[in-house]
Amino acid sequence: MSAESSVIRVNGTAVAPPGDPRVSLLDFLRETLGLHGTKKGCDQGGCGACTLLVDGERILSCLALAVQYTGRDVVTVEALADGDRLHPVQQAFIDHDGFQCGYCTPGQICSAIGMAGELERGVPSHVTEDLSAKRAELTAEELRERMSGNLCRCGAHNGIVAAIAKAHQAGQLSDSGRAAR
Amino acid sequence: MKPFVYKKAGTVAEAVRAGAAPGAKYLGGGTNLVDLMRETIEQPATLVDVTGLSSDIRRLRDGGLLIGAAVRNTELATHREVRTRYPVLTRAVVAGASGQIRNMATVGGNMLQRTRCAYFYDAKGSRCNKRNPGQGCDAIEGFNRMHAILGASSACVATHPSDMSVALAALDAVVHLDGPGGPREVPLTELHRLPGETPEVETVLRQGELVTAVELPPLSWAKRSTYRKVRDRASYAFALVSVAAAIDVRGGKVKEVRIALGGVAHKPWRAREAEAALSGGPATVKAFRAAAEAELADARPLRDNGFKVELAARTITAVLGELAGGVR
Ligand SMILES: Cc1cc2nc3c(=O)[nH]c(=O)nc-3n(C[C@H](O)[C@H](O)[C@H](O)COP(=O)(O)OP(=O)(O)OC[C@H]3O[C@@H](n4cnc5c(N)ncnc54)[C@H](O)[C@@H]3O)c2cc1C
Ligand code: FES
Ligand code: FES
Repeated sequence: MSAESSVIRVNGTAVAPPGDPRVSLLDFLRETLGLHGTKKGCDQGGCGACTLLVDGERILSCLALAVQYTGRDVVTVEALADGDRLHPVQQAFIDHDGFQCGYCTPGQICSAIGMAGELERGVPSHVTEDLSAKRAELTAEELRERMSGNLCRCGAHNGIVAAIAKAHQAGQLSDSGRAAR
Repeated sequence: MKPFVYKKAGTVAEAVRAGAAPGAKYLGGGTNLVDLMRETIEQPATLVDVTGLSSDIRRLRDGGLLIGAAVRNTELATHREVRTRYPVLTRAVVAGASGQIRNMATVGGNMLQRTRCAYFYDAKGSRCNKRNPGQGCDAIEGFNRMHAILGASSACVATHPSDMSVALAALDAVVHLDGPGGPREVPLTELHRLPGETPEVETVLRQGELVTAVELPPLSWAKRSTYRKVRDRASYAFALVSVAAAIDVRGGKVKEVRIALGGVAHKPWRAREAEAALSGGPATVKAFRAAAEAELADARPLRDNGFKVELAARTITAVLGELAGGVR
């Protein structure tokens, strides 16, 4: 095993995986690394609050054993802004009232960025009509379906959808997908 | 969660060797197993990570596809040949779980995920013959709206939750296994068992056996296939009833047809009665409905799930009608 593959890269920094294999990636970030941006909602895969990016793909960190992620590149909400300059998707959430309490927000934002990468790679969704098309258009229906793994208890979904749609129209969603990878 | 030893397997041989140890379990994306371990329903002594094994999809000489067990659900659904030659499979995969979960979930793990019966999950408060054989089943007299209408027993009325496996059942997929006794192949329709008196035995897998791949036969006419899932929400919910189907209609007659149902039984339910009723006969809505009714003649609904019988009949009829295109 190479040195590279025995560590987890978290927001660009190499860290040793936890000694106890029971620790989830979510708990590892929050309890060991002190990165509290990624949230724990249900801890059972049902809410999406714990969504983050691994090698540019969105996953649920609550169902991920941290030891499985050595050799991988983990990006959390903490790494999206460039210093004081918010990531365009973060700014879009502010501009379009994409949250109330904010608890689901880091997961929503990471999920939206991961979703943009999926669109570019031609990943189809449940509402994609033409499976032979190279890539689906992000219609309102596609956006809602593709974001359906992220719940918002405050019911800010209309603002969330508006924020993501605007960022997408501005070409900032897919750019960020590349940046995060 | 009980402590366990984590091992990552680099090869099938390594995985099988580690998986033969008592209390060992294979680990895919962990989206089902980690959850069940947290609930102490699963308590493996060793987890053998098999996500490093084959994640290729390759074309076989006969034109079929061989899908590695470690292929992620997203990659399976996106693969060009899968989505164009076997659209039912892409449609089934993207009807399940969420984008995040499909990025983690593997083909092997999806197939072998365990039931979502709420009584099975309620380790502290409910009786369940799967968790504790012989204890009794609280679902039979309980809230059983989500439960089985076909092939259940007095010991268990749970359903199999996988959407992907319903499509694989319709496509005559073959599961490739390897284990202490060497490699073998099992048709997907025979991989999962009906509950009978031993609902804790969910598959025909032997101790330490590993899923290495799934093979799709060429089935040129499967390009006319689809999956319809009926659920309580538009997205991110398990099936009440689902239908995977492929049909080849020539001159108004059914030349070939494959139908499988989800959400109705302890295993992906291949609808052979309906297929037999349709084969060679007219491709009409009336025939589709009669075939659906033939399949469901043995349905035994519980207190809360009687609606599934009619729902399944209508969904089969509608899906075949859609595939056959404008028939009456
Ligand atoms: C909130 C939520 C909603 C969901 N909704 C749906 C849905 O609508 N439809 C649906 O179909 N699914 C749904 N799922 C389930 C999801 O699809 C499964 O959890 C996933 O497919 C399991 O794959 P995995 O690789 O993560 O398996 P794991 O959790 O890693 O493993 C599952 C089981 O398979 C065994 N296993 C894994 N790989 C192998 C192998 N190669 N050989 C032998 N045994 C193996 C493991 O030992 C374990 O018993 C949902 C899950 C969640 C959490
Ligand atoms: S905390 Fe991970 S999905 Fe809810
Ligand atoms: S903003 Fe409160 S949960 Fe979404």
